[in-house]
Amino acid sequence: MDFKIEKEKNFLIVSLNGEIDHHNSEIIKERIDEAIIKQHTKNLILDFKNVDFMDSSGIGLILGRYKKIKAIDGHVYVVDNSHIKRVLEMSGIYKIIRTFDSLKKAKEYAGR
Amino acid sequence: MNNRMHLEFPSYSQNESFARMVISAFVTPMDPTLEELSDIKTAVSEAVTNAIIHGYENEIGIIYMDAEINDNKLTVVIKDKGKGIEDVKMARQPLYTSRPDLDRSGMGFTIMESFMDNLDVISKIGEGTTVIMTKLISTKK
Repeated sequence: MDFKIEKEKNFLIVSLNGEIDHHNSEIIKERIDEAIIKQHTKNLILDFKNVDFMDSSGIGLILGRYKKIKAIDGHVYVVDNSHIKRVLEMSGIYKIIRTFDSLKKAKEYAGR
Repeated sequence: MNNRMHLEFPSYSQNESFARMVISAFVTPMDPTLEELSDIKTAVSEAVTNAIIHGYENEIGIIYMDAEINDNKLTVVIKDKGKGIEDVKMARQPLYTSRPDLDRSGMGFTIMESFMDNLDVISKIGEGTTVIMTKLISTKK
């Protein structure tokens, strides 16, 4: 698992790769939370396009950031893929968070 | 085909991915679909994570993983000798988490139950928890 966090316009883009489980989600969560504060950004795009495995730790990661961002009136967007779709569906994330099938679409929407 | 395996490892969180790799390698001869393989890996990941976070509460104990193949049926047993679950019925409810402080979704047992064909959870306070999961692998591709 490696990941990068970049700022673009008024949103942060977190690009994730590989496998997301409890072990590596801890450090990812920490880094995102630091970046939200440091970069004064209210909007977050979580890009899971290149994630090939995710368990419920990924749901915790998304929902935890969603709560934080919502508290500061921001928005969270998710880019998903077929590997993580079933876990996301089960958690009800599609009901509360707008998802896209590409980063490009998510960026267009977030920057509109 | 019949086969079985036994694995013991300390509850370090980096062993979550190790357990997934082992179960993937073990079921490969059953020729599962990609979706079946992903279901099994996810269920194992949830059970091992539960043992680490809740069973041993991040202290280091031993996690036991047994798996068995009987024709097209896979059985996986994940056991810890940690603190045990007080109310298994409650723990199995979707969104229930005993540690809301940890940013956990409370979906672990729900995922194990939906991704596998059967899930049994046996737990005793002070003695630990055993999770038994079975899944039938499709034979007609």
